[in-house]
Amino acid sequence: MSTATTPRQVTEVPFWFGTATIFRREFLAFFTTPVAAIFMVIFLVMSGVMTFNVSRLVDPQGQAALRGFFNWHPWLYLFLVPALSMRLWADEHRLGTLELLTTLPLSMMDLVLGKFLAAWAFASVVLAMTFPVWLTVSYLGDPDHGVIAAGYVGSVLLAGGFLAVGSAVSASSHNQVVAFVVSVAACFFLLLTGWGPVQSFFKGWLPPALSDLLAAISFLSHFVDSFVRGVIDARDLVFFATVIAAGLWITGLLLQGKRRR
Amino acid sequence: MAASPLIQARSLVKQFGSFRAVDDVDLQVFPGEVVGFLGPNGAGKTTTMRMVTGYLMPTSGTASLAGMDIATHPREAKRHLGYLPEGAPAYPDMRVEEFLRFVARARGLRGAEVRAGVNRASDLLELGKVRRQTVETLSKGFKRRVGFAQALLHDPSILILDEPTDGLDPNQKHEVRGLIRRMGEEGGKAIVLSTHILEEVEAVCNRAVVIHRGKTVFDGTPEALDQRAPAKVTRNRLDHVFRELTQDQAPQAGNKDDEVAA
Repeated sequence: MSTATTPRQVTEVPFWFGTATIFRREFLAFFTTPVAAIFMVIFLVMSGVMTFNVSRLVDPQGQAALRGFFNWHPWLYLFLVPALSMRLWADEHRLGTLELLTTLPLSMMDLVLGKFLAAWAFASVVLAMTFPVWLTVSYLGDPDHGVIAAGYVGSVLLAGGFLAVGSAVSASSHNQVVAFVVSVAACFFLLLTGWGPVQSFFKGWLPPALSDLLAAISFLSHFVDSFVRGVIDARDLVFFATVIAAGLWITGLLLQGKRRR
Repeated sequence: MAASPLIQARSLVKQFGSFRAVDDVDLQVFPGEVVGFLGPNGAGKTTTMRMVTGYLMPTSGTASLAGMDIATHPREAKRHLGYLPEGAPAYPDMRVEEFLRFVARARGLRGAEVRAGVNRASDLLELGKVRRQTVETLSKGFKRRVGFAQALLHDPSILILDEPTDGLDPNQKHEVRGLIRRMGEEGGKAIVLSTHILEEVEAVCNRAVVIHRGKTVFDGTPEALDQRAPAKVTRNRLDHVFRELTQDQAPQAGNKDDEVAA
């Protein structure tokens, strides 16, 4: 076979092609890692157990709107989403493949967005696999399908917010375990600032502006108080979009920082 | 020799804290040149390569590939580059074929181009037997060859190879060296390879660059490098020159490795 360099016409590729290439590799990689399988099994089993045994599936008003089901999602995601996000960048650092990726003709945005979207798509696929819960309540009662659909939209956004936080944490570490623990802590903080008892604790001694701000950045209030009740509010959509954009922007900055060292 | 260099690095400096890893290195590589990049461990070879390929940002200085500045036009510059990073990193759970297809797509190849590129690179590096294996099951030599194949998928005009023959057995070394030489001579590529095996430079390269403590201490043909050894040194002449260039004191004549004519 000839080794001669034929000046290959560099064909212009569409702008999304790089992101799509990274997305494809990362998404398929989830199906070969045990962590993803564990995520899937634990999420499906726990969401079922919590919904049917701990919370009452059909709430007292008889509106089987799956509130009990969705109310558990923030707490399940708290431990499961960091398990998905921890390997995103920590593994690239450890394997040395970050050097390969950053010397390919791809932009940092292709890398960051491709990986994030792959993890988000995987989490969404797992969430979609809970559809038997929806079928069950439809069979047992007469649920408000609009409210349930809003709950699913909110749950997808919630997972995206956690993943964006986890992506930034993973970009700062060579160690998956460190990335996992720090992500859980960061997500826990972002949940708790909106939890009633914690809010009243902060109100006791923080200036009102600051305690309101803490309440406003909580993932919990933007999910439980709105989507789960069937309300899709533009403010909540903007909130999660902002969290995701900020998380990915910080991820990019951290990775650029590694190249500057 | 063509007028414009394919690799052009000017006054590259890399400072890690108080340590200056690369100190004002210039490098020009023209089509058809195969440059052996030599130096002791820690001399700054890998750091220089990482700056030229755009992985590390230089503290100061510039690098361009095929006339495109790596800092201001990174994607255009990197399209002309095939790079084998130190340690030949690859995803352990991917099959060799999947990995090569992924890199081919990331380099902008599509459809039939991907297949053609993967087949061509696999043939050149003789990966036929392991194409269906996952990277983690490969021997060190095969892993290195997968890393090399990955750099050839898009038939780039510039190749930067960090220790391409490390971990290969003597037969494989011979074949890979032949491949590199042909790609320079017949293919007209600009090739830089780092190594600490001095015979490799004589066997493959038509130019040698030696760096020591981040500075270029020699840049010329392998013959010129050899000429620097005193006539009385009859064996391991390159070793002698290498030590002379990269040790802080000159080696003593009569060192047991050099058979000194009486």
